[in-house]
Amino acid sequence: MATDGMVLLEGITKIYDLGDVQVEALRDVSFSVAEGEFLSIMGASGSGKSTLMNILGCLDTPTRGRYYLEGFDVSGLSRDELADIRKHKIGFVFQGFNLLPRMTALENVQLPMLYNGVPPSLREGKAMEALEMVGLGKRAHHQPQQLSGGQQQRVAIARALVNDASIILADEPTGNLDSRTGRDIMGLFTELNEKLGRTIIQVTHEAEMAAYGKRTITFRDGIILKDERAGGS
Amino acid sequence: MISLWETTRISSRALAVNKMRSALTMLGIIIGVMAVIMMFAIGAGANREISDRFSSMGSNLLTVRPGAVQAPGGVRSGSVNTLTVDDARAIAEECAAVAYAAPVYGGSAQVVYGNQNWSTNITGTTPDYLFVQDWTMESGTVFTDQDVRSATKVCIVGKTIVDNLFGGENPLGKTVRVRNVPMVVVGVLGEIGTNLMGRDQDDIVLVPVTTAQRRLFSSSRSGSVSTIMVKAQSSELLGAAQDQVASLLAMRHRIREGGEEDFTVRNMAQMIENAKAATRTMTLLLTAVAGVSLLVGGIGIMNIMLVSVTERTREIGIRMALGAKTIDIRLQFLVEALMLSLLGGATGIILGVAGALSISRGFGWAVEVSPFSISLAFGFSAFVGVFFGYYPAWKASLLNPIEALRYE
Repeated sequence: MATDGMVLLEGITKIYDLGDVQVEALRDVSFSVAEGEFLSIMGASGSGKSTLMNILGCLDTPTRGRYYLEGFDVSGLSRDELADIRKHKIGFVFQGFNLLPRMTALENVQLPMLYNGVPPSLREGKAMEALEMVGLGKRAHHQPQQLSGGQQQRVAIARALVNDASIILADEPTGNLDSRTGRDIMGLFTELNEKLGRTIIQVTHEAEMAAYGKRTITFRDGIILKDERAGGS
Repeated sequence: MISLWETTRISSRALAVNKMRSALTMLGIIIGVMAVIMMFAIGAGANREISDRFSSMGSNLLTVRPGAVQAPGGVRSGSVNTLTVDDARAIAEECAAVAYAAPVYGGSAQVVYGNQNWSTNITGTTPDYLFVQDWTMESGTVFTDQDVRSATKVCIVGKTIVDNLFGGENPLGKTVRVRNVPMVVVGVLGEIGTNLMGRDQDDIVLVPVTTAQRRLFSSSRSGSVSTIMVKAQSSELLGAAQDQVASLLAMRHRIREGGEEDFTVRNMAQMIENAKAATRTMTLLLTAVAGVSLLVGGIGIMNIMLVSVTERTREIGIRMALGAKTIDIRLQFLVEALMLSLLGGATGIILGVAGALSISRGFGWAVEVSPFSISLAFGFSAFVGVFFGYYPAWKASLLNPIEALRYE
C-alpha cells in the first residue's frame, strides 16, 4: 500500500450511467499530492475536473481505482463513512461561498465543529481564531448578506480551516469575485500554504488564478493533459 | 451523531426564522388538541353531574308507567292507561320493600293570578309524593288525603311560580285560576333546583290527583294515572321493590304467568345509565371530529416540512459537505416537525383548558379536565409529529450532497 503523500490516486475512473449512454468522466487518472502542496487543477468544462473534485472531497466515490487520503483507502466507503472523513479531513471552499443565511460569520465558521465532535465550549474560540486568520475578526457578528463577496469567501475559508483539515478543496473560489478580490483570495491561499503549510487543491479555469499554485494539472476529456510545476521543476 | 440538545437548538432556530409559517402550521394541531380537551372536559363533566344528581336524588326510586317494554329501553306507552290511584295505594301498602308510592297525573296549563299568568306543569298526586321526591315545604301545609278523596280545589306551588306569578307577595291563601278553576294556594315548596335534563323543577304546581283527573284534565278513562313514583325502603332493597311492584301489579291486572305486562317498572339507575350512554355517544362523536382535525393538522405539518426541505436543499447540501451524517439531517427535520406538533399540542392544551373553564363559567355546564385527556392529547400530537414528520425528514436525509449543493 502506498502511503507517501497526502493524496494518492491510482487509476481513478468515473462512469456516469445515464440510462442509454454511459459517460466516462474520468479515465484511469493517477497522481499524488504531497503534504503542503498548493495544486491548481485546470480544464474546460466537461474535462472531468468537477468530478475529480467531488471524489477528492469524498462527496462521491470512483467507479474504479483507489483513492488514498493520508494513506487510508477511502474509495469504497459508505455514505456515512464518507461524512466522517469529510468532517475531519476536508475543508471545502465553494464558488458560491455556501454560507448559511441568517447565521453570523462566527456561527457559520462553527458549523463543521458541530458535526466533528469539538466540545461546544471550545468552538467559539477556535472559530474566532480562524476568522482572525483570514482578517475578518471584526466582522464576526455580521451575517453573510451584510458582507461583500470577498468577505463571504474569507468566512468560507475560515470555515474550511477550523477543523484542521488535511486538505483544503477550493472549487472555483474566485469564480464569483472580481479579479482584484480574486487576487486577494489567492494571496490568502498562498499565505495559508506558505506560512501554515496547509495543503490546498483548487479547481479553476482562469490561468491567472491557477498561476498562484505551485503546480498545475490540466485535464481534458477525463485524462491528465499536463502536470507542470512552477519554476520549471 | 450530534447531540439531541444541539439538534433541538438548530431546529428551534429554523422555526423561529419563519414565525408566521410555524404558527400557521401549528394551528391545525392547536385546534385539534383544543377540541379534544374541551370535548373530554365537557363529556366527563356531564357524566359527573349525572352521577352527582343520581346520588343526591337517592338511588332508590322506581317509576311505573303504563305500556309494555318493547325492546331494551324502549317503552310503548300512551296507548293504554291502565295504572290507577288504587294501584299506587296498593303498592305502598302491600309491597314490603316499598316506603312510599305516589301516582302522577297532570299536564301543562296556564296559571292565572290577578293580571299575571304563567304556563307551568300541573302535577296531580298524593301527599306522599313529597316523601318520594324528598321535597320539603317552605311554608304552609301539604294538602291532605281527605283533599285527595274529595278532589278539593287546593294547590302547592314551587319557587318559580312564586317568583313569576306573585312577585314577592305571600301566595298562601291566595286564589289562582287553572283552566278557569279557582284553586287556593295552601303551601309553598322549598327550592329544588334543576333535574337531570336541566329542567327547572321549581316550575311546578302540585294538586290532589283527583282534582287533576276530574276538574283539570278530565279524560275518558277516569281514575287512570300516567306514572306511579315508588320509593324503596333503601337502595339495597331497590331490586326487591322492583320485583314486588311488578308481581303485585301483574296480579292486580290479572296478567297470567308469561303473559305480556301492561306496565313497565324502571329504576333510576337504568335511566341514569341511558343518560350517560347518550352523553358518551355524543362525546365519542365530537372526539372523532377533533381527531379528524388533528389528522388534518398533521398533514399540514407534513406539507410544510416538505416545502421546507425543498427550500433548504442547499443548506442540507452544505451541512452534508461539512460532515453531517444521514441521521443528523434526519433528526434535524424530525425534531423540527416534533417541535411544531408538541408546541401546537401544548398551546392547544392551554387553550382547551381555558375554553372548557369559560364554557363552565358562561353556560354553567359542569366540566372536568382530566390528566388523562391532557396526556392523551399531548401523546397524540407527539405521535402526529413523528408520523407526519418522518417522511420529509427521511427525504431530506437521503439527498445527494453534490446535487443539493448545486441546487438553486
